[in-house]
Amino acid sequence: MGQPDVLVIGGGPAGLACATALAKAGMRQVLVAEREAEAGGVPRHAGHWGFGWESHGRLMRGPAYAARLLVEAQAAGVTVATGTTVARIEGPGRVVLHDKTGLHEVVAGRVVLATGAREGTRAERLIGGARHPQIMTTGTLQQMVYLKGMVPFRRPLILGAEWVSYSAILTCRHAGIRPVALLDEGQGGTDAAPRWFAPATRLAFAIPTLRRTSDPVILGRGRVEAVRFTRDGRQEELACDGVIISGRFRPEASLLAGLACPPGVILAGNVTGPLKTAGGAAMAGRGAARQILGDT
Amino acid sequence: MVQEFDVAVIGGGVVGLAILRRLAMSGLGTVLLERGADILSGASKGNSALLHTGFDAPAGSLELACVQRGAHEYRAIRDRLNLPLVASGAYVVAWDEAQEARLPDLLAEARANGVTDTHLIGGVALRMAEPRLAPGARAALHVPGEAVIDPWSAPLAYGRQALAHGATILSRAEVTGAAEGPGGWTLTTRRGEVRARAVVNAAGLFGDRVEALIRPSPFTIKPRKGQFVVFDVPGHTLVNAILLPVPSERTKGVVLFPTIFGNLAIGPTAEETDEREGATCDRATLEGLRARAVEMVPALAQAGVKTIYAGLRPATEAKHYRVEAVPGRAWITVGGIRSTGLSAALGLAEHVADLYASHIAPLPGQPPEPVWTPVPNLAEARDRPWEQGGEIVCHCERVTRDEIRAALDGPLAAGDLGGLKRRTRAMMGRCQGFNCGAEVRAMAAAAGLPDACGGEGRDGAA
Ligand SMILES: Cc1cc2nc3c(=O)[nH]c(=O)nc-3n(C[C@H](O)[C@H](O)[C@H](O)COP(=O)(O)OP(=O)(O)OC[C@H]3O[C@@H](n4cnc5c(N)ncnc54)[C@H](O)[C@@H]3O)c2cc1C
Ligand SMILES: Cc1cc2nc3c(=O)[nH]c(=O)nc-3n(C[C@H](O)[C@H](O)[C@H](O)COP(=O)(O)OP(=O)(O)OC[C@H]3O[C@@H](n4cnc5c(N)ncnc54)[C@H](O)[C@@H]3O)c2cc1C
Repeated sequence: MGQPDVLVIGGGPAGLACATALAKAGMRQVLVAEREAEAGGVPRHAGHWGFGWESHGRLMRGPAYAARLLVEAQAAGVTVATGTTVARIEGPGRVVLHDKTGLHEVVAGRVVLATGAREGTRAERLIGGARHPQIMTTGTLQQMVYLKGMVPFRRPLILGAEWVSYSAILTCRHAGIRPVALLDEGQGGTDAAPRWFAPATRLAFAIPTLRRTSDPVILGRGRVEAVRFTRDGRQEELACDGVIISGRFRPEASLLAGLACPPGVILAGNVTGPLKTAGGAAMAGRGAARQILGDT
Repeated sequence: MVQEFDVAVIGGGVVGLAILRRLAMSGLGTVLLERGADILSGASKGNSALLHTGFDAPAGSLELACVQRGAHEYRAIRDRLNLPLVASGAYVVAWDEAQEARLPDLLAEARANGVTDTHLIGGVALRMAEPRLAPGARAALHVPGEAVIDPWSAPLAYGRQALAHGATILSRAEVTGAAEGPGGWTLTTRRGEVRARAVVNAAGLFGDRVEALIRPSPFTIKPRKGQFVVFDVPGHTLVNAILLPVPSERTKGVVLFPTIFGNLAIGPTAEETDEREGATCDRATLEGLRARAVEMVPALAQAGVKTIYAGLRPATEAKHYRVEAVPGRAWITVGGIRSTGLSAALGLAEHVADLYASHIAPLPGQPPEPVWTPVPNLAEARDRPWEQGGEIVCHCERVTRDEIRAALDGPLAAGDLGGLKRRTRAMMGRCQGFNCGAEVRAMAAAAGLPDACGGEGRDGAA
């Protein structure tokens, strides 16, 4: 790994597309460090349709899209190191990698941070009530359903009505899970879905969207049994056997914590803030590549 | 098959486990009966994890004696059990004139309690020690001996050492009946009958209910809930010590403290509740806690929330510990260990061994050589396994596959998902399992943990 021209941190759509573009433009040593055992990022576990439009002009299922991006990277000569975590950024171009053999220092010409985003957690949203294993983000559910074949509940409530909440519905449908409703907490969403989504989900999936709700509290002894919330000033309760905490994305930028904007680090994809589609993230990765090529 | 023991300990909280350890190491045949799917299913699963000096404990109390004896023993044995300690010290911070006026009394109390290294410091010295503290901090009582420990690994280590000394630990073994016969007690549990010559009731939040199996309980548990907010910041970058409030008549106030896992937390509240299990959080209280933390350390305004939790103190109608050897019966009650049980556990265990010897039977003459059973390190300030390589599964907390496997296997393996988290830190980071949740659950499910895929942790699993 030694001294790559560019080290891309994160092998999701943004990282892979960036690395591919760099290699195609003739850059020799492009290294993608991906901490998971497989590259591809979120699409790897999003088994439903809806990926790739912006970057490839057609829609694919997530895993197909992830595989496609990986094949393109490898064909272009990119080295994709999986099971490889960037443990910390030490300074300009200086990065410490972790893999199964231990910690290794790498000095790269440029560093691209493409570590993506994650959904806001129950704790970050200060959602009160009981703590049970049947409470999880869409991302966790998706990996359970598509990667592990696990079905943690049958009638969950979805907290949030953002784009990703509809990914939660598709994931549920795949596993025979029937969500009870979507609860929209109003302000605070990171990526509000268009107005027509609510009527569409009611029509297509018979799942109501309850708007203007607040203060959700998870109830249940031994397991999730219901969610209580306020709507239009009144308390309501919905029975459910699980809760999907969806949306409110946060950039996964913990590598930058404590660093005063380390020079030479370029951000690409979801790590830059407002949520993008996977294809959009790939396009952002290509944009970052153009920026690097323009600089050198 | 009925199993027979010298002593049965009811309750696998930190107190019961420390007692089990002490009695097993004395050479007695011991069993611990725990209601939950794992140890630490009650008060001991959510606390502040501070190892107290007893500087503010009631003078002359059993609590003070046990806290000091317990903390002393913890320091003496921790290296051999691989248990961490961050010697952070604590400041009791005065934020107004009235509070400042109370500090000399607190100092006198501390000195009277034998905590002689405490002293008063002024605002300037305080700010030099804690530069991030809000300007309102006027003065403080410095208690250098207060420390931060790992609330889960310590009781785990006690349990493992007890196992190495021949103890038996049964989970999902709620005690529902106790009958006294000529040879001792017959306990009815969900896993069959257990016979023991003597019984120790260390059932924490259910101590009164277990006591009522043999007599009208001399105390009633009145659970007192404490909620916490843990910030997603490296604790030591903002605050070095434990920051305690000056207690008032009305409230003890909340503490801002570094955790052994490398973060900064605020809590606990003190709320009367009817809940005896499954402590719940509520948003208004959490927001209040967060606001209080920002008032104390303004830089926390930018910090994210890593996790929220609540714990239940097994308080009773009185302040003091409810410990006694029931006269004429081979039954020792260890109840109402309200808010210092983590610190006092090893001291309470010594006390129980003394009670056993004086009221029930002499301890075996020749105790066995101690066997030391070091536990895996979870403390952030010490070397952690991932630094040596291996496959990281939980990226936020950097937990390796081997650590998770080890916790699912071997002596005192995790009994539910919560137990797995407490043994490894997996899923406890800023993403709360967004990335690793499915992998960790799949590993747990493969090991047979019933709640890993949405079922219930306890008996009667879905
Ligand atoms: C549940 C869900 C459903 C979605 N559904 C759709 C959809 O239907 N259609 C659509 O277009 N978009 C969808 N999206 C959005 C889309 O998946 C993302 O916008 C896209 O994956 C972002 O790409 P990225 O490369 O920026 O980040 P990611 O895909 O998140 O990739 C980041 C990668 O970086 C790695 N990484 C992080 N930190 C490190 C480190 N320190 N060292 C090494 N590697 C690291 C991660 O393991 C990950 O593989 C969905 C997102 C979610 C969460
Ligand atoms: C918010 C908070 C903060 C705290 N901070 C600190 C601190 O900083 N430092 C400190 O030293 N202490 C602290 N404490 C106090 C400490 O956590 C408690 O004193 C201690 O956990 C009590 O332990 P225990 O073993 O007595 O009870 P528990 O932990 O409740 O253990 C009792 C066990 O018995 C089991 N049980 C109940 N009924 C039965 C039955 N019928 N049969 C079998 N098993 C049964 C339960 O499942 C449980 O596991 C704090 C407590 C709280 C709540």
